[in-house]
Amino acid sequence: MRYSGLKVIKEALTGHKGWTPAWRDPEPQPRYDIVIIGGGGHGLATAHYLASVYGEHRVAVIEKGWIGGGNVGRNTTIIRSNYLLDGNEPFYEFSLKLWEGLEQDLNYNAMVSQRGVMNLIHSDAQRDAFIRRGNAMILNGADAEYLDLGQVKKEYPFLNFDDARFPIKGGLAQRRGGTVRHDAVAWGYARAADSRGVDIIQNCEVTGFRIKDGKCLGVETSKGFIGAGRVGCAVAGNSSRLMAKAGMRLPIESHVLQAFVTEGLKPVLPGVITFGAGHFYVSQSDKGGLVFGGDIDGYNSYAQRGNLPVVEDVCESGMAIMPMIGRARLLRMWGGIMDMSMDGSPIIDRTHIEGLYFNGGWCYGGFKATPASGYAFAHMLARDEPHHTAAAYRFDRFRTGHMIDEKGMGNQPNLH
Amino acid sequence: MIINHPLLGPRDSAEFVYLGTADLMNRPDPDTATPEDWHDYAYLRDNPAGTHRELWFHDGGDRSILIVTRDTITHEISAVELALKTRAEA
Repeated sequence: MRYSGLKVIKEALTGHKGWTPAWRDPEPQPRYDIVIIGGGGHGLATAHYLASVYGEHRVAVIEKGWIGGGNVGRNTTIIRSNYLLDGNEPFYEFSLKLWEGLEQDLNYNAMVSQRGVMNLIHSDAQRDAFIRRGNAMILNGADAEYLDLGQVKKEYPFLNFDDARFPIKGGLAQRRGGTVRHDAVAWGYARAADSRGVDIIQNCEVTGFRIKDGKCLGVETSKGFIGAGRVGCAVAGNSSRLMAKAGMRLPIESHVLQAFVTEGLKPVLPGVITFGAGHFYVSQSDKGGLVFGGDIDGYNSYAQRGNLPVVEDVCESGMAIMPMIGRARLLRMWGGIMDMSMDGSPIIDRTHIEGLYFNGGWCYGGFKATPASGYAFAHMLARDEPHHTAAAYRFDRFRTGHMIDEKGMGNQPNLH
Repeated sequence: MIINHPLLGPRDSAEFVYLGTADLMNRPDPDTATPEDWHDYAYLRDNPAGTHRELWFHDGGDRSILIVTRDTITHEISAVELALKTRAEA
């Protein structure tokens, strides 16, 4: 069924009796050309691009719970492409371009809102670093704009410009950045993939891989064995656990990241703001809640909840740049599990096992990458070679010294 | 989380800096290790869901390094020992 304004009006006049489920609920077939493990944003996007761009139709997405129930349902919904390094920026810019055409491509309202992302500048050194970053973005075809203090004051008059420790000196803006309705991304990709014949199999947990003579033949699941020509794993937050079933150790630690939302307010915050002197980012959802977050808690965790010291730190950061946030009451807070890689950048690659492919290690930047991650992983699965924007995201970069370390922190995952 | 420091008693985990898995104490022998050994040591992690032995540095306290045995699913801490003591006994 194609969604349109006309369809909404027709259904409104006929009692909304014509809507059908957005995707089927099939039982698994004995064998597929490609099986994707993980029905989150990245897995469903992979299925969509496999079917729509690479002509693969015998595809299944296997999800142990319900689709969109992991990190695509738990993030702070920000999209941007303001990276510095050559291994990253073309990929994230590709992703932002896919976001711009996403709703037409999927025929689904994902509420893509290019309201702008602004990184605040608090010192002369930081101004130099951000202008350099802006130049790197422009060189890679993205947009970036340096704003002096007067321009930031005009756009965000309520910020704490004269803070004694971290006065605001300016900002680096990316106007094409913004926010997206995160759940709708999973649902939109699922519906689009399903309409092209992809089987989305929920409540089906992968319990192991069937590997013979170094070749992956399929997956053992709670619904029995499913044969596959190629298997792609996209299970953010569970990457190490899943790949251990194939005997692999990954360059990944799993950490918990907390996020917060306040009660609904009238529009007060036009775009996305990030604090340059601490780790804090905030935007206002279309429902009116201020959605914000900060650092990961910093220790290995598979619990989808964090501890109070980081809550305090995040709220202090919010008060430091935007004192009016103290007047809003916190409505909800939650945690998600981030697969933190050793250099802060992700992996989209084949493994040493033939027919087994891996997509993960997105740290806490996976949401904005969803379209390009799906596209590049689909390319890898269909063609057995990396997509040109994701060519640097390889397992062997830790062997060869080609780390993509935006923050220059080394192999200390909790610092990325 | 409260970490029961063997010398100082119960301390808030916010006083500590987390350094990662206690496997990092088993550094390869530089005389015999291959580049592959160093790669595995520096970059690969077991990253278990469940019991995890890990290093916590008491930055805001006596600057000792502790080996904390903690469940990564429940955050429950079952054992705390001094890393130096463990190394001396090894």
